[in-house]
Amino acid sequence: MSFFTHLGRFLLMIKGMFTRPENFKMYWKELMHQCVELGLGSLGIIAVISVFIGAVSTVQTAYQLVSPLIPRSTIAQIVRDTIILEFAPTLSCIVLAGVIGSKIASELGNMRVSEQIDALEIMGINTKAYLVAPKILACLIMIPLLVVIAMVLGIWGGRFAGTAANILSNVAFDRGLLSGFLAYNVFFAIIKAYTFAFIISGVPAYYGYNVQGGALEIGRASTSAVVTSCIMILLADYLLAAILL
Amino acid sequence: MIELKNLKKSFGENVVINDVSAVMDTGKCNLIIGSSGSGKTVLMKCIVGLFTPDSGDVVYDEEEFKHMSPDDKKMMRQKIGMLFQGSALFDSMTVEQNIFFPLDMFTNSTKAEKQKRVDEVLEKVKLKDAHKKFPAEISGGMKKRVGIARAIVLNPKYLFCDEPNSGLDPQTSLVIDKLIKEITEEYNITTVINTHDMNSVMEIGDKIIYMYKGDKEWEGSNKEIIFSKNEKLNSFIFASEFLQDAKDMRMLEMKGKIDNDRNMDELLK
Repeated sequence: MSFFTHLGRFLLMIKGMFTRPENFKMYWKELMHQCVELGLGSLGIIAVISVFIGAVSTVQTAYQLVSPLIPRSTIAQIVRDTIILEFAPTLSCIVLAGVIGSKIASELGNMRVSEQIDALEIMGINTKAYLVAPKILACLIMIPLLVVIAMVLGIWGGRFAGTAANILSNVAFDRGLLSGFLAYNVFFAIIKAYTFAFIISGVPAYYGYNVQGGALEIGRASTSAVVTSCIMILLADYLLAAILL
Repeated sequence: MIELKNLKKSFGENVVINDVSAVMDTGKCNLIIGSSGSGKTVLMKCIVGLFTPDSGDVVYDEEEFKHMSPDDKKMMRQKIGMLFQGSALFDSMTVEQNIFFPLDMFTNSTKAEKQKRVDEVLEKVKLKDAHKKFPAEISGGMKKRVGIARAIVLNPKYLFCDEPNSGLDPQTSLVIDKLIKEITEEYNITTVINTHDMNSVMEIGDKIIYMYKGDKEWEGSNKEIIFSKNEKLNSFIFASEFLQDAKDMRMLEMKGKIDNDRNMDELLK
């Protein structure tokens, strides 16, 4: 299938989500369920990755800044901006593309193959609205929050590593953090988070929803969904940086 | 009553349903039979609206499905219950939650009223004790019964069963057949069953439609099928010697040559 066929089918799937819910309460329940499953379920891995990435950033930046003319607090500035601009939104979302993307693709794929989606359709339920929309919406709500948490934990990890490895004091780190801070960077990171959240949820939902065949195809769809999402995240990352920075 | 009017469905060059017309009667078990690849599943999916026919129409009690608005189609679907070949139970939900689901989605009843209805249908399919189990924890036959319970919980006017006996032992198949027949008669619903189980054909086939390579090859009842001279039908239905013998016995019985108890001891003397 050509790229444009996929794009057309993807857009039709998105269009199909916008209908009046059969029962608002049930849709709300499903949205909350997805927020817990996809958002809170990924909090652990995001926390671990962020703390370590922050810590490694501090150590490696210190390793490269050998000039005695550059104040140590610059390390904190570099760590802060790297984490806010790139690590927290992009790296976290690449990881989330694997965690959430494979979950969405395999869940929907399994529902398609085992005729659960057909069963819902027969009942008169719009499956795009009931199954796909809450997942995309949950990601749009939870992923920016996870990215903000990743920023905070990443910077905290860097600060902790700075003191633990005797690179710079907490006071010097905090001074560096506050100097030259641009709120726009956080805004830019949030824009990236929303864009990536849509990719992370929409692409796997498309692959999973349209699975045809059996268990093997579910695995293939899951892999394709993650690979495509990662490529699209990197592409979007570059485009957003080129346009907004 | 469901009326099929000149239904046609193709996938690319492959014509799967070729100009099929038929009437499915209310309060009866209408069976669609045929070998694998004969188009019976596609026909059923066209009837329930999962596939859109290339031409022709399906008429539900004088309402043409093709000309219904999307909202009317949604309303119509709430009158349809379907049992899928693999049961299609939601595996993240317990048996009880699976049956609750359509009630939660489409009714404004109180929790107590819903619980009463769920208990009623669970009683009907004799699964009262399994209500807290997950689909992965129950047998294939039980899954089918849960599927039936979920399909009838909203009191549908039309019940569709796609190969209800596939993967079941003969005894469990009989239980499922009896249950479907009982529900059809008790609630006076139009039941359409896709099957190639010969027991079902002979036991509950009030009306039988035989599909052959996308065409409707034969139509009749389980009483008429015994005397059918259609070669394709006979070679499909009575494929083994054992089944041919069984057919001969049934013919003799129906013609009164042997009595209903078959008096086998006497005949074998």
